[in-house]
Amino acid sequence: MRATCWYGKQDMRSETASDPRLLNPRDAIVRVTLTAICGSDLHLYNGKIPTLEKGDILGHEFMGEVMEACRGVKNLIPGDRVVIPFHISCGNCFFCKQELFSLCDNSNPNAALGETMYGHGNAAAFGYTHMYGGYAGGQAEFVRVPFADTGALKIPSGIPDEKVLFLSDIFPTGFMAADNCHIQPGDTVAVWGCGPVGQFAIKSAYLLGAERVIAIDNVPERLAMAKEKAGAEVLNHEKMNVRDALDELTGGRGPDACIDAVGMEGHGDGLLGAYDAVKTAVLLEMDRPYALRQAIQACRSGGTVSVPGVYGGFIDKFPFGAIFAKALTIKAGQTHVHKYMKRLLQYVLDGKIDPSFVISHRLTLADAPTAYKEFNDKEADWIKVVMRPN
Amino acid sequence: MQERAGTADKPFVQESKKEHVSGVRPVEDGQEKSTPLFGGIRIQESMTIGRPAAALYAYWRDFTNLPRFCKQLRDVTIIDSLRSRWTVNGPGDKPLTWEAELIEDIPEEFISWRSVEKAEFENAGSVRFRPAPADRGTEVQLIMTYNPPGGPLGSLIAKLTAKEPAVLLREQLRRFKQLMETGEIATTDGQPAVIKS
Repeated sequence: MRATCWYGKQDMRSETASDPRLLNPRDAIVRVTLTAICGSDLHLYNGKIPTLEKGDILGHEFMGEVMEACRGVKNLIPGDRVVIPFHISCGNCFFCKQELFSLCDNSNPNAALGETMYGHGNAAAFGYTHMYGGYAGGQAEFVRVPFADTGALKIPSGIPDEKVLFLSDIFPTGFMAADNCHIQPGDTVAVWGCGPVGQFAIKSAYLLGAERVIAIDNVPERLAMAKEKAGAEVLNHEKMNVRDALDELTGGRGPDACIDAVGMEGHGDGLLGAYDAVKTAVLLEMDRPYALRQAIQACRSGGTVSVPGVYGGFIDKFPFGAIFAKALTIKAGQTHVHKYMKRLLQYVLDGKIDPSFVISHRLTLADAPTAYKEFNDKEADWIKVVMRPN
Repeated sequence: MQERAGTADKPFVQESKKEHVSGVRPVEDGQEKSTPLFGGIRIQESMTIGRPAAALYAYWRDFTNLPRFCKQLRDVTIIDSLRSRWTVNGPGDKPLTWEAELIEDIPEEFISWRSVEKAEFENAGSVRFRPAPADRGTEVQLIMTYNPPGGPLGSLIAKLTAKEPAVLLREQLRRFKQLMETGEIATTDGQPAVIKS
């Protein structure tokens, strides 16, 4: 099969790989019909995350058709259309039973690496380093899906792939960010970062009843999308003092909730993805919590700071005094995709949202190496890339 | 965790709540429910598994199940109610085998075993099953003790445990947990790989 493989820093290749086969009782094989490049894949592309190996197949946002399901998968049959969550979860462990699916105890063969780094391990993900399990990813023609009985979301016929693909990661990630804000009637939510996750956080905040959403970025094209497609008021942080502007827009109260959809590489230049792995701790660099610090300072007393943006290591000058003085609630973590998929699919079927609005480029799998390069080099135009197998 | 085991003079002692099961040879006073001793290395790991102690005990008590989740074990065969024969991949991938005997067997709670006299690799182990709070399953504690041998076998063990012997033990426990909670062991062995042109 054709597969998109990592060979080193800025060296992606479209290669021929062996087809997947069933390895465990709860596996299924999915023929990919649509896949995407995530902002977080650019960290892999740029060689910033350890524990990748030459030839690893990347990709964690994909959907397709069930080709084969092993005996432990009772709820799927060949021909079912499915969207697959980016992380792999067993559905049986302590965490899965509490719907904390991205903390699954049982999917990651390399959980020991996370235990060393953070004290406890994390769930595996498709195509996202060996620390996250080393599973072959979804930028390929076929994928082996472990625990398919728990993860795969069946999609009814008649709705195009582009409207449901993002249920795999970025839509639930933006939604969980907003859900974590416990939005009340009249609330104003501020969102730092207008990449795809930021766009979905804006949309989700409205779906959950926010009165106003204010979006912050410095890329005019992304701010334009936030304004025109997602319906936010927008602030370009290069052209104004964001703190002053937020105070002015909220009558001096500050936003009731603040979402940091930028993450560890934040220096005001846009969204860097939905989730990420440990870069800093291993490379001995510091995370740059520009957006996070500003969000904490801006947030009103008793408000919530929600962090879908990814942090991997240690941060300096973290304003914990402000968190204490203002009695803030901080929410963070990888998205529990399985928890939200069904609800969000219903929103799509009901016409409350069409997630395809973030797509800027439509290519084929063979174009993947070019797509990575362009996506990395031209953040203004290249917001979201989707790829068909041919 | 790694520490020296107790010695014959000062054994590693823990209390026992239940009587011995008949048929199992009693051990000396003061050694009940402790890991049988081999004076060298002692490693210990704990993990909480979301299944009742009875189910976990039953699976472990059938030693022929152990190779399913213990990567180093090639085979275990039962000789009689107390004795079994264990085979691992020894130096040069040649089988290394020894006879083990059951020391203690407290249903749903505790099992211990050790290699019998003249084993090339003198080792012993115990596993304890303790209910976790509320409905959180069972806390499983696995302890191994062994005498580091010399020669090629010693080199192999040193290589296997290069990082930390406890890491190896923890991986056995993790695979046991995966198998008991999900019915399978997470793996990527055999997944797609680039075909070399």
